[in-house]
Amino acid sequence: MSFNRYILIYRESDAGVDKNENLFDAFMKELGEKDPSNSVQVVDAVMNGKADPDSTLVKIIPDNIYFKCKDPVDAIKIVDDFIIKNNPVKKLEAAANNIQYRIVLRNCGVIDPENINEYIAREGYSALEKVLFDMTPDEVIAEIKKSGLRGRGGAGFPTGNKWAFTQQAVGDVKYVVCNADEGDPGAYMDRSTLEGDPNSIIEAMAIAGYAVGASKGYIYIRAEYPLAIKRLEIAISQATEMGLMGKNIMGSDFSFEIEIRYGAGAFVCGEETALLASLQGERGMPKPRPPFPAVKGLWGKPTVINNVETLANIPVIIIKGSDWFNRIGTEKSKGTKVFAVTGKVKNSGLVEVPMGTTLRDIIFTVSGGIGNNRKFKAVQTGGPSGGVIPEKFLDTPIDYENLVALGSMMGSGGMIVMDEDDCMVDVNKFYLQFSVDESCGKCAPCRLGGRQLLTYLQDIAKGNGDLKDIDKMKRIGNAMQKASLCGLGQTTSNPIQSALKYFYDEYEEHIVHKKCRAGKCLELLTYTINPEKCSRCGICKRVCPASAISGDRESGFAIDNAVCIKCGECYNRCKFDAIDRG
Amino acid sequence: MSKLNREQFRSLREKLKAVNEQQTEIIVGLGSCGIAAGAARTFDAFQKEIKAKSLTGVVLRRTGCMGLCASEPTVEIKVPGMADIIYGWVTPEVARDIVQKHVMRQILVSNCIQDKTFKDILKEGE
Amino acid sequence: MTETKMIKAKINDIPVEVPAGTTILDAARKIHVNIPTLCKHPDLNATAGCGICIVKVKGSNKLLRSCCTDISEGMEVTTHDSEIIQVRKTVLELILSNHPDDCLHCGRNTNCELQNLAAHFVIRGVPFHTYKNSLPKDFSTGNIVLVPNKCILCGRCVDVCQNIQNVWALNFVGRGISTRIAPAGDILLADSPCVRCGQCAAHCPTGAIVEYDNTYDVWHALHDKDKYCIVQIAPAVRVAIGEAFGYEPGELLTNKLYAVLKKLGFKTVFDTNFSADVTIIEEATEFVSRFTTGGTLPLITSCCPSWVDFMEKYQIDMIDHFSTCKSPQQMMGALTKTYFAEKEGIDPKKIFMVSIMPCTAKKYEISRTKDMSASGIQDTDAVLTTRELSRMIKQSGIDFKNLPGDDPDHIMGDYSGAGTIFAATGGVMEAAIRTAYHYVTGENLKDVNVEAVRGLKGVKEGVIDIKGTKVKVAVAHGLGNVEYVLNKVKEAKLKGEEPPYHFIEVMACPGGCVGGGGQPYGVTDYLRTERAAGIYKDDVDQEIRCSHDNPMIKKLYQEYLGEPGSKKAHHLLHTHYEPKPVYIK
Ligand SMILES: Cc1cc2nc3c(=O)[nH]c(=O)nc-3n(C[C@H](O)[C@H](O)[C@H](O)COP(=O)(O)O)c2cc1C
Ligand code: SF4
Ligand code: SF4
Ligand code: SF4
Ligand code: SF4
Repeated sequence: MSFNRYILIYRESDAGVDKNENLFDAFMKELGEKDPSNSVQVVDAVMNGKADPDSTLVKIIPDNIYFKCKDPVDAIKIVDDFIIKNNPVKKLEAAANNIQYRIVLRNCGVIDPENINEYIAREGYSALEKVLFDMTPDEVIAEIKKSGLRGRGGAGFPTGNKWAFTQQAVGDVKYVVCNADEGDPGAYMDRSTLEGDPNSIIEAMAIAGYAVGASKGYIYIRAEYPLAIKRLEIAISQATEMGLMGKNIMGSDFSFEIEIRYGAGAFVCGEETALLASLQGERGMPKPRPPFPAVKGLWGKPTVINNVETLANIPVIIIKGSDWFNRIGTEKSKGTKVFAVTGKVKNSGLVEVPMGTTLRDIIFTVSGGIGNNRKFKAVQTGGPSGGVIPEKFLDTPIDYENLVALGSMMGSGGMIVMDEDDCMVDVNKFYLQFSVDESCGKCAPCRLGGRQLLTYLQDIAKGNGDLKDIDKMKRIGNAMQKASLCGLGQTTSNPIQSALKYFYDEYEEHIVHKKCRAGKCLELLTYTINPEKCSRCGICKRVCPASAISGDRESGFAIDNAVCIKCGECYNRCKFDAIDRG
Repeated sequence: MSKLNREQFRSLREKLKAVNEQQTEIIVGLGSCGIAAGAARTFDAFQKEIKAKSLTGVVLRRTGCMGLCASEPTVEIKVPGMADIIYGWVTPEVARDIVQKHVMRQILVSNCIQDKTFKDILKEGE
Repeated sequence: MTETKMIKAKINDIPVEVPAGTTILDAARKIHVNIPTLCKHPDLNATAGCGICIVKVKGSNKLLRSCCTDISEGMEVTTHDSEIIQVRKTVLELILSNHPDDCLHCGRNTNCELQNLAAHFVIRGVPFHTYKNSLPKDFSTGNIVLVPNKCILCGRCVDVCQNIQNVWALNFVGRGISTRIAPAGDILLADSPCVRCGQCAAHCPTGAIVEYDNTYDVWHALHDKDKYCIVQIAPAVRVAIGEAFGYEPGELLTNKLYAVLKKLGFKTVFDTNFSADVTIIEEATEFVSRFTTGGTLPLITSCCPSWVDFMEKYQIDMIDHFSTCKSPQQMMGALTKTYFAEKEGIDPKKIFMVSIMPCTAKKYEISRTKDMSASGIQDTDAVLTTRELSRMIKQSGIDFKNLPGDDPDHIMGDYSGAGTIFAATGGVMEAAIRTAYHYVTGENLKDVNVEAVRGLKGVKEGVIDIKGTKVKVAVAHGLGNVEYVLNKVKEAKLKGEEPPYHFIEVMACPGGCVGGGGQPYGVTDYLRTERAAGIYKDDVDQEIRCSHDNPMIKKLYQEYLGEPGSKKAHHLLHTHYEPKPVYIK
């Protein structure tokens, strides 16, 4: 027995199995009749993308054709026409879900990151070879400029220009620094890239070094990324051993060596001037710019600092050319962007899509949308520096400018999706706490304003807010935006400002009505027993850890909200839905 | 290994590009997310199972994150003559199943096949 | 040097032309537009901490920090509009939300940059939550007091201590909201490398670092019938104290000081300028002897206690180069409790010797070693900084401005021009050269003004021609400038070459003692220059410009000390040095 075809029936990760069961049976039955040689296997597979509520996606391998099946009749048609007679069934065909486009992640999940040969087999170090022997530094920079590549570390500065400034800056020594200090909550794109394809970063750094005239590079990486560090070390040593790194690379005049330095995990050390200070062994605090690192960077020397993802694009641009790259993306934002989509989506994970893809496509088509029958509420891009984007803007094509216009930002690529169970005040509090904890403390607006904002949020979450607080928060937020030294302080208030813009009613509810509709702000919750529904089983009283429930089977049960610790245990355990939360 | 000059690099690259189409590959995603989900145990399970079944011509490889973080550990199986298949949630039991069914008998394992939704840009036409 | 490019721009529509590399803040100052700031000090790097100095630049939707943004060609800057002022006010309110309200108990009351801004911005309360810190004060040094609750984290002290003084005693510790300044490693200041120069206090905009106030110790002694209170005033005090009473900077107020000190109750008023003359006699003798007999050269001056402390911690291989002469303060103390006490028949134990100094480190110097008790008891009993004295005068109700001048007690009150210039950087060197020249040649210099060693350049080098013999000298002020000079010496030593200098003067404070850590607040290069100008005027006004010509000095040696460098002089006027740990465990 051997199969030559396979029918994959895609199941939603959390949907009822029944729908598929019928289909599965229909396929099996029809095949049993029409395919006596048993050459086709029917298998359940897993839906990574968005499920269509009315139909099930089916894929035929090796034909690589997708069909939408509504009912067993469709299954029969596919077997009869497509499988048996080899006729197309256009009516049922579905588009392949191929929104993703992997430039940065081209080798991730493909090659063995600890074996340089596998990288070389996939054009690895060919870009370096090309620049060293066939291009002048000026040509390299021109190519990168032409590609339109912009920094993926958050600010979106054109990479080619950055390289050009560094090249033109006067200095006997120059440096290339890779910023691998990724630290915003929910972001792990750079870690995955380094773990999955360390050689691409090293190669790109050498290319940058060649372009700007540097022969030394540093990778500043979080010490919490041991696997990425290990793989980088392996990659550097393998490349050095083969003469692809180090002295006279591939026999050319160009030498480049790379050292790995560990960050202690302070988020602000990802800011370039703080990163350089930390590299120099100083306290990781941002410094005023100008002077920009390109002019006066590490130890006062001209320095290119690029993000991991930015660098990962470089070898491909060199090999496939700037025109190829330039065709991908939008007018002002070229290429792709990797997002770490997490939160309330069905399939969290890394997604790489061309710039200009809509948020809706990323969240619904690629990541499967919201699970558990909940509704989408908002998505936060840009981590703690970004803002929340509500449903009505989901069709915005993603690029640097559009996200800023929505009150958020591209950031490094964390994308946290929220549903109805998320409370805006609570979410804001989470990010504020992060920013307050991570403020370096250097400048007054950020250090002191962040704490004020956080306290106001805490007050509001506890029901102690005042509508006047909102004006104060706006005023403080504005001062922080305008008067903080670095991006951290300048953006700390973004989540709040955007929530106030799009979800003002939720704030108002907390402040005026002392209600949290998502049930996240525990202090605002009250649990009450609905006597109509209560069957007087008494389980609530037994499970309450705070002994807040009194009564007996005769008189019925009641919750003393002054004693209740809002753990929700009774609410969860009541089989009769008799406990109201509000 | 001695240091390569340009010519030597080029010939090495050409040699490496000639992939062996005739071997079966089991590729385990061993990024942080995979490892956190138990991919190291999955890797071991494959190793043991290949040995237990005395399979030859099967290469067990490691790779980084495939991006399907909700479904870790993830494993890609390449069997000559068959489409490449990615599996998610590959526990050691599933791993044994995959070897016994998919690798040895070309039978796909139910309930954990993932959709591979992107092309390889290095292989697409210009 | 290539010619610097000039930049033309507009600030508030006023055209301004400044050299390239000028910040918006400085360019604005040039056209008398004052942009407020709490962290930028003209002496220091921009720390960009406070966020108050923000301005608008046409074409940018951001507000830029004027302290660290260079003005560029064609820039159109707005320094004040309602939005900017609103942001400034909010930032100020935020700063005050974390600042104690006890201005009335503060070392900087009426004299605080934060207080001033709060007044200007009409702060009538903090509209936000308030968080007051409760960090302990650090009195450990007995001369520099850290009051971290009052710190606004402007970073000036850290910058001055690390980059101007190269001491690295202070640093930021903690992160975010718990950031504070503290001795690096979070130890007590006394256990840190701190050399007590007080430059941190001089640059602090608030009362977070102040001098240890000894005013009441002195009042107490003045009203103790068993005590015979004597006072000396340091050279730099006379040109700075006026600032506390509304005089123009640099106004020379020597005689008023004598008068006010007498009014305060001091029985005898001496002048440290006299003992500076003594210092020159001893030090020039030491120099000439080393120079002519092949002794260890270069000779390095030792009248600045912060510098001595620094050397004992960081430059111990230079100990042999140090002049063994005590500072003028300590010479005066020792001579008062011996020479003067004997002459007047006063029991030295009853004498309470106070010195009025521009300096916080002098408070530490009086008990530095046993040598500071050459008279058998501690030679100097209390040190008041210029700031403390001005407070004492205000407490006493004396109308300083309208007080007629008076004379010092001549026996140790008359001084030469050489004694007074100790106040300014290069002054000790210049005074020593005047006398050394005389010792070598038997003649006085035709022009006693040694311009090469004057001024505010960080390191000044010169060659003095003593009738054909070339004496190479260097002057450094601001401890951060020492390294350059000493490295040259060390390099030559290593290579076995001739030393690059024969004589080096070092003063810890930028500008020398006129810019001392105990002087009236607000020091800038402008004030340093004005104060120094007052001092050089005092020099020129003196009939006698050289220490060796001071008749009272001659008398001292004739009657009491004998020859310069005599055994007695050594016992009373010289000291020794020992290596010290940088950190005290
Ligand atoms: C608070 C803060 C944190 C940052 N963290 C990172 C980071 O983790 N990784 C990164 O690449 N860039 C980070 N950046 C951006 C860097 O300052 C810098 O813009 C970037 O490294 C430049 O590289 P690119 O041009 O390739 O984007 C951060 C910026 C700020 C203000
Ligand atoms: S904005 Fe915040 S993190 Fe950035 S320098 Fe200022 S205090 Fe530090
Ligand atoms: S007194 Fe001088 S050495 Fe001591 S901490 Fe202040 S600046 Fe630093
Ligand atoms: S102690 Fe004074 S000078 Fe130092 S950081 Fe605080 S406020 Fe600024
Ligand atoms: S320079 Fe003068 S004021 Fe400054 S520490 Fe030295 S002696 Fe004191």
